[in-house]
Amino acid sequence: MPDSHRSELAVATRGLRKRYGDRTAVAGLTLEIQAGEVFGLLGPNGAGKTTTVEILEGYRTADAGEVRVLGLDPMTDGAALRPRIGVMLQDGGLHPGVRPLEMLRLFAAFYDDPRDPEELLDLVSLRDSARTLVRRLSGGQAQRLSLALALVGRPELVFLDEPTAGMDPRARAATWQLVRGLRDAGVTVLLTTHHMDEAEQLCDRLAIIDRGRIVALGTPVEVTRAGADGTVRFTAVPGVDVVALAAALDLPAAAVSEERPGHYALAGPATPELLADLTAWLRDKGISLTELRTARATLEEVFLRLTEEGDS
Amino acid sequence: MRAVAAQTRLELVLTLRRGESLLVTLVIPLGILVFFAKVDAVQVSDGLAIDFLVPGVLSLAVMSSAMVSLGIATGFERRYGVLKRLGSTPLGRSGLLAAKTANVLVLLAIQLTLIVAVAVALGWEPSGGLVPAAALLLIGTVAFAGIGMLMAGTLRAEANLAAANGLFLLLLFLGGMAYPLDRLPAGLEAIARLLPAAALAECVRGVLEPAGQLPGGELVVLLCWAVGLPILAARKFRWDEA
Repeated sequence: MPDSHRSELAVATRGLRKRYGDRTAVAGLTLEIQAGEVFGLLGPNGAGKTTTVEILEGYRTADAGEVRVLGLDPMTDGAALRPRIGVMLQDGGLHPGVRPLEMLRLFAAFYDDPRDPEELLDLVSLRDSARTLVRRLSGGQAQRLSLALALVGRPELVFLDEPTAGMDPRARAATWQLVRGLRDAGVTVLLTTHHMDEAEQLCDRLAIIDRGRIVALGTPVEVTRAGADGTVRFTAVPGVDVVALAAALDLPAAAVSEERPGHYALAGPATPELLADLTAWLRDKGISLTELRTARATLEEVFLRLTEEGDS
Repeated sequence: MRAVAAQTRLELVLTLRRGESLLVTLVIPLGILVFFAKVDAVQVSDGLAIDFLVPGVLSLAVMSSAMVSLGIATGFERRYGVLKRLGSTPLGRSGLLAAKTANVLVLLAIQLTLIVAVAVALGWEPSGGLVPAAALLLIGTVAFAGIGMLMAGTLRAEANLAAANGLFLLLLFLGGMAYPLDRLPAGLEAIARLLPAAALAECVRGVLEPAGQLPGGELVVLLCWAVGLPILAARKFRWDEA
């Protein structure tokens, strides 16, 4: 790959490997994140998300493979890299005896051209808690402070490890807005999340990783389209008689299944006739339909399908 | 530089905000100085009790700030992920260590000023080598900081808390700080003389007491701790608990 192209990449890894004892956390991960995109790293617990991110942040050395972050090696060029990145750890990293404004002012002293601490407090809606000790903040407030701390130094690249864990829906929506604002300002964002809706809403591209390997990569639409299989999915009350339904639709009994309580899958070409028959049958049984989708799987369904073998 | 200064300032604020750290670094050393000077519980064979006490209490102060206060604070910062988080800022690990060193030195300056002021008020007349005494206290600071950081970087935060306080008490009793070492049973005294607390107190006493001289054996023991423990701490220190 020519160097001119390389410099456009905020993150580039090739064949990244990391083992802890006899457990392989990252098994040859090759990843490229373009400058300015919001990239999501999805995967079940223990898939290697945090290990990967911590290698990029310079906390851990990879056992093998190449790593470039903003064109630098996080291990050997740490001093040059740290002023250009912002980090939000999964579990805070906050001192319980410090107040949010103190903490922001401290971090502001670390960077050459920091953002105004007071303005950041407003940005994450912590103005009213500026002088509350961190130990008295709620989990969501502490998360927002961590997020603000990641932004103090006007970073080119921000790592957000499960940024909305523990946040209420309002704070979560505000955080999403903030991430969109970062993208509009040209900041590259690498986020890990367990929330599929978050990934669908925020990410320009995402990778699903399982057991240290990428199992899907692309835009949210691409990833979900790849998982599309012509199945009709609907949700209703749990316990609908799927055998009777299959018979009514002239389908083999196995073609209709309840994948999770209240979530049904119907394998068959989604013809207008089939859909009409389905809704008519449900009407006759007095069952109301809460959702009906054809063709396209949700990201969550793709995620579960691609990562389910890990649980068995 | 600005980053280290800001971090140092916050470390000092946090140290002063923690009541238990003021207790161990100021109240206990000053309390021991006043109590044993006034109560005359210690019979010193030759010379004044205050001349015996001041070097011991100065050594105790070093132990309290460099080992106990620094160690416990660092252990909990490791638990909270604070050390880890600061490691990915431009401050970095080296800046953080510089700030912690500065914090201990400022704390030490406050302690020494107060202890000397109280000692003078109690009738202590400084004599002997003040500069050599200061140098010895700095060497002691390095040794005790090594012990504090070794525990902080390897033990869980609660275990580190207990170990630092326990060691403080043990070394206070075996340190020849409040009473002469020869009051201990012979076997215990031999062990005590190999520990850094007694070595530091005896060295400082050697240069501060009117008729004293620097004891060679104790100086070697002190230097061994001051070289060995920081090296061990640097090798074993883990920046996060996970």
